[in-house]
Amino acid sequence: MCEPMNSLNHNYDVLVIGGGPAGLAAAATAAESGARVAIVDDNPGLGGQIWRGEHKKTSLPEAANWLHRVQAAQVEFIPGARVYDQPEAGVLLAESFDGVLKLGYRKLILATGARERFLPFPGWTLPGVAGAGGLQALVKSGLPIENKKVVIAGTGPLLLAVAAYLRKRGAQVLLIAEQTSQMKLLSFGLGLWRSPGKVFQALQLKRELAGIQHLTDCWPVAANGNGQLQSVTLRRGRKTWEVACDYLACGFHLLPNTELAVFFGCALRDGVVQVNEFQETTMPGIYCAGESTGIGGLDVSLIEGRIAGLAAADQHEKARALFAERRKHQRFADSLNQAFAMREELKELPQADTIVCRCEDVNFARLKNLHQQGANWRTAKLHTRCGMGPCQGRICGGAIEFLLGWPAESVRPPVFPVKVGSLIKVIQKQ
Amino acid sequence: MPDAVSLKVNGRALTVPEGCTVAAAVALAGVTAFRRSVTGQMRAPLCGMGICFECRVTVNGQPHARSCQIVCREGMDVRTDE
Repeated sequence: MCEPMNSLNHNYDVLVIGGGPAGLAAAATAAESGARVAIVDDNPGLGGQIWRGEHKKTSLPEAANWLHRVQAAQVEFIPGARVYDQPEAGVLLAESFDGVLKLGYRKLILATGARERFLPFPGWTLPGVAGAGGLQALVKSGLPIENKKVVIAGTGPLLLAVAAYLRKRGAQVLLIAEQTSQMKLLSFGLGLWRSPGKVFQALQLKRELAGIQHLTDCWPVAANGNGQLQSVTLRRGRKTWEVACDYLACGFHLLPNTELAVFFGCALRDGVVQVNEFQETTMPGIYCAGESTGIGGLDVSLIEGRIAGLAAADQHEKARALFAERRKHQRFADSLNQAFAMREELKELPQADTIVCRCEDVNFARLKNLHQQGANWRTAKLHTRCGMGPCQGRICGGAIEFLLGWPAESVRPPVFPVKVGSLIKVIQKQ
Repeated sequence: MPDAVSLKVNGRALTVPEGCTVAAAVALAGVTAFRRSVTGQMRAPLCGMGICFECRVTVNGQPHARSCQIVCREGMDVRTDE
């Protein structure tokens, strides 16, 4: 376990893509049922986003439990490798810093997680503006944050977790701006009585955030600076004001990563990967667990991972025994997503010259004009190159869907930009 | 220091803790902008998880390396856009 592999040709009963909570739970339960299992992940370590860095030395009992279980069950870990093609059924190609890996599998479990949703506003492309989870991930991997002034903005429970983490690491968290209304947040809070564990977590978080201003109904309208962030302009009701800071950590809740699932031919429903009660997608033998099946948080991810792992290892009765628990966690997830739904006013954030597509520097006016002329997303892409840069619309796609109503489109291989040498390997195969 | 890695960022030598990503090393070297966009704007990491491609730098002569996903190795030569 945990040995990076450089050679080709590995075969697994169950291959898990993604080493976050869902992937860890899936891999552990499948391996504990006797399957030969590997996890492949493009990050350098296990844990995904929420448990990033916890594989070294964790203080979180839940993370420790699952990291221990995958190790004890002899799950192989293939780090720093990004799956980019399937040259034939049951074979995947993954690119790492050192070359291409060819991975064979019988059953596949997709646990590709979620990314942050970003919304464009004037100045959001300035160095110093990062995602909320984005800044946390950067700090976890060594970015110095001590004594830096940070404003946290956007929406979702992640903002609070990020604030607590950055403060612990010595940042001066000046303010948390949450776009959702006080009313929605209150009714969500009242609903927590059904989950005592969540109340405990919330109270602990409240202690860790003591003294930090937390404003609801508040969002950033501009990031200001000349080549580097100097301040952020916030709005709340009719009031607009500026706060000087070194970093703006801004994310608008999460979007499921569905690109690999689409690439494998799995159907989506309402923008998330469609699965049956055993977490199997519409493609037989391909399962999906965690945020890619709908944003649900840690508990839903773990239980879905366990069910997928058991089902992939043909332990369907054991999987069935977990269905009730999954239902309970999903109810919590539903109320969470309702509480942090985005308000309409955020559609007015981008100005005519605000860049929407950061890869190709396409501004909002060009897209809005095409939209008014009745163009669809595909036409807009062809006319402007929006969403056709290296991120392939992963950053602007979610924003454009919210702003203009154009749904995200299908992906073609390579799922991610790869080196020419890696493509030659695909061609040689054919 | 066994738990440290030495590398160069834009020709400047520095030592970073082991496990540090290239993106963190660039920031530790005092560089705030990582790359120039297609219209010449300065950019820096946004997502921190390998999706946005804003953190691209040149590592050992290899362009377009996503610095937030690569762990620093001894002797690495990292270059950002000027």
